[in-house]
Amino acid sequence: MIRQPDPKPDVMVRRDSIVAGLRKLLPETGLIAEPLRLKPYETDGLSAYRQVPLAVALPETTEQVAAVLRFCHQNGVRVVPRGAGTSLSGGALPMADAVVVGMMRMNQILDIDYPDRCAVVQAGVTNIGITNAVSADGFFYAPDPSSQLACMIGGNVNMNSGGAHCLKYGVTANNLLGLKIVTIDGEIIDIGGAYLDAAGYDWLGLLTGSEGMLAIVTEVTVRILRGPEGARAMLAAFKSNEIAGACVDSIISSGIIPVALEFMDRPAIHACEAFAHAGYPLDAEAMLIIEVEGSVEEQDRLLEQLSAICRNFDPISLKISQSAEESLAIWKGRKGAFGAVGRISPDYLCMDGTIPTSQLPHVLRRIQEMSDSYGLKVANIFHAGDGNLHPLIMFDANNPSSFHAAEEFGADILKLCVEVGGCLTGEHGVGVEKRDLMPVQFRPHELTQQRDIKSAFDPDWLLNPSKVFPLLDSETAVLPRAA
Amino acid sequence: MTTEDSIVAAVADAVRTREPLLIEGNGTKACMLRPVQAARSLSTSGLSGINLYAPKELIISAWAGTPLPEIEAALAEGGQHLIAEPPDLSGLLGSTGKPQTFGGIVATNLSGPRRVAWGAMRDHVMGVRAVTGRAEIIRSGGRVLKNVTGLDLCKLLTGSHGTLGVITEITLKVLPAPEATGTLVLPGLDAAAGVGVLSAALGSPYGVSGAAWLPAEAVGRVAGLAGVAGSATLIRIEEFAPSVAYRIGRLHDQFGVAGSVVLDTAASRSVWKDVGDVRPLVAAAEDAVWRVSVRPSAGAGVLDALRPLGVTGFLDWGGGLVWLAGPANTVTHTAVEAAATAAGGTWTLVRAPDALRGAVRVVPEEAAPLARITRQVKAAMDPAGVLNPGRMYAGL
Repeated sequence: MIRQPDPKPDVMVRRDSIVAGLRKLLPETGLIAEPLRLKPYETDGLSAYRQVPLAVALPETTEQVAAVLRFCHQNGVRVVPRGAGTSLSGGALPMADAVVVGMMRMNQILDIDYPDRCAVVQAGVTNIGITNAVSADGFFYAPDPSSQLACMIGGNVNMNSGGAHCLKYGVTANNLLGLKIVTIDGEIIDIGGAYLDAAGYDWLGLLTGSEGMLAIVTEVTVRILRGPEGARAMLAAFKSNEIAGACVDSIISSGIIPVALEFMDRPAIHACEAFAHAGYPLDAEAMLIIEVEGSVEEQDRLLEQLSAICRNFDPISLKISQSAEESLAIWKGRKGAFGAVGRISPDYLCMDGTIPTSQLPHVLRRIQEMSDSYGLKVANIFHAGDGNLHPLIMFDANNPSSFHAAEEFGADILKLCVEVGGCLTGEHGVGVEKRDLMPVQFRPHELTQQRDIKSAFDPDWLLNPSKVFPLLDSETAVLPRAA
Repeated sequence: MTTEDSIVAAVADAVRTREPLLIEGNGTKACMLRPVQAARSLSTSGLSGINLYAPKELIISAWAGTPLPEIEAALAEGGQHLIAEPPDLSGLLGSTGKPQTFGGIVATNLSGPRRVAWGAMRDHVMGVRAVTGRAEIIRSGGRVLKNVTGLDLCKLLTGSHGTLGVITEITLKVLPAPEATGTLVLPGLDAAAGVGVLSAALGSPYGVSGAAWLPAEAVGRVAGLAGVAGSATLIRIEEFAPSVAYRIGRLHDQFGVAGSVVLDTAASRSVWKDVGDVRPLVAAAEDAVWRVSVRPSAGAGVLDALRPLGVTGFLDWGGGLVWLAGPANTVTHTAVEAAATAAGGTWTLVRAPDALRGAVRVVPEEAAPLARITRQVKAAMDPAGVLNPGRMYAGL
């Protein structure tokens, strides 16, 4: 189970006056305090954990965010920022004494600047909403997390979200130019802007992936890119994970960097095929989806070179998409992977470690051993080019011991990721889910140093305070170290 | 210093005696930003060597004092390269006779022409080890390409000019070096027209990886552009050879003007090396040099605004990076600051006599709430203020 800090008694007893105070700062429908209407905010994408917050604020402007934070700061009230609530690590899990600041009403695209290839959007614009706004002109916003239909750019910034095309286009941090943020004391600050490499410290880089602990993001200046002439996928199936892993190495060594390079193991192939009927080879132990970009002739040439590489690894089958429709079909299974696993098992945990790619066969073997010993099935999906592994652990939520075992299994996988030279999370964030594993990756003084940076932004530890770092005694958690 | 432990000891000693340290590698960029007020120096140059190079994992790890050319040579042997194309600014900053270090280029976050398409040094730093002002070794990131575990101190330390920690080891993402490079050279366009073409080219589907505009006097300083008359607008493609031919062809069809030239791989590499190393900038020995970053469409306006003051320059990053040289005095400096600010951008005083760079801001002043955070973060990393004091901001 996840431990939460005790609610602050002085805040709980002042609940009514806090709600009344916040109500004055927001539009008429901008504050939710009725228990029934708070219910939808009690959890996020990590739905095993629930906590109804004290209230939910739904600001419509940066100034309203500032007023709410200033009020919470003056009253010692904790704040949990929230976008669409799609976090898989519990990044938006409320606390009983906290005000959730939901950003979904700040959903305007403020500026699109094609000559300078950037757009300014409010934090509550969805990830796909940015691409949709510019796609008619041939442009797109590159990071494409699986939740992109729902997740919001403010949440993407706070989790430094990735996606399937990071190998070429990078993650959120690599696609931002500027932010408008509000600090806990209600100050509005512009970071960067519509230009590259702001002078001074890299606040943009530090804030990206800071999981709502340093400030609330209200506006984002993103890079938008012109899309390639075209893209096409191929599918290669192999007799073992080792062989598929060796093929990935060989592709990277060839100098070709595909725009996407996705790996699925046998259970993942079967789950996705049953769901999407994408024509995946059911006799394979492992499968790669490889996508390239360029003109039709460039695609043909690259896909032929990649096929030649794959043929060196005795593939069970190779299928080169001949059209945009066939590429979509190849992607359909992969993009529906979570839904597909959900059909086999009503409940699953989606893990998110990163490993050095050379360790893939070893790690998959160890995960299979763990799966046998825990008695829980697992399907593995892997962004093979960048080493980001997503084991989906299936369990039965009606059986508490099954859930407990799934959590332990997941923790063992993440410890294994660190053991082989990787990390606890590649793109989902630490949140509450992996908070207590942080000492596996970091030494105590390294965590203290990170805590000190949080204290520099938020000395009273009011912003998303129970995330990312293992809980300390509450007093020591809020005290910055003496010099 | 030849070990991390000796750096820890030196920082601990500085804290104990309250004697600040000048943190450097080979000191090739010592004259950037403000002069550091420190009686003692700490160099990482003895801490040298590549610790890990895994070409199939697109990762290289090396000690901070490793000469950058050594890293570049190892990568070249593996058919790979540094994605951000970091420049060698010795032509601007003067040569110490020693090469710049890996740590130095990361601590200053300097990137070359490819930055416009493929990101800055800070985008590819996957892991760092550093000694903080508490004389503690901390790690952030790791040796994998995707990592969001904890606060990203890699990015905070990159570009912090040694003021928050002594970077001791860096792990960098690398990529295969392109098989071929081609450059379309369009002569005779003025800055605004040149930037218009660069914007259109960067907004094309061809993956342009370099986009610069040089005035006539700058063209004359680039050997690979001999024979080009007037200004030069440069558009680069780096790809497999057939793709370079195809894409340069398409760009030529769309943007070609009378006298357009296409440079081959060797000529292109030479020209873009010069552009990245700021060789085209006409700067007298006593001139100050600024680096301004604005939205690309504002770059030509910055040049125009400063020309009457005797400031010359050229444009990279599609117009967004403005390199400027001019009289080293506060009047000119204030004008550069005003022009960059009016264009909604940022600026850095890269080179100036000590008297000037010690007397003026060298990067923009932060708004008061951010300046407060800056002081608190500095205090969190270096509470005794012993690491490169005054380098970026006076009194910090």
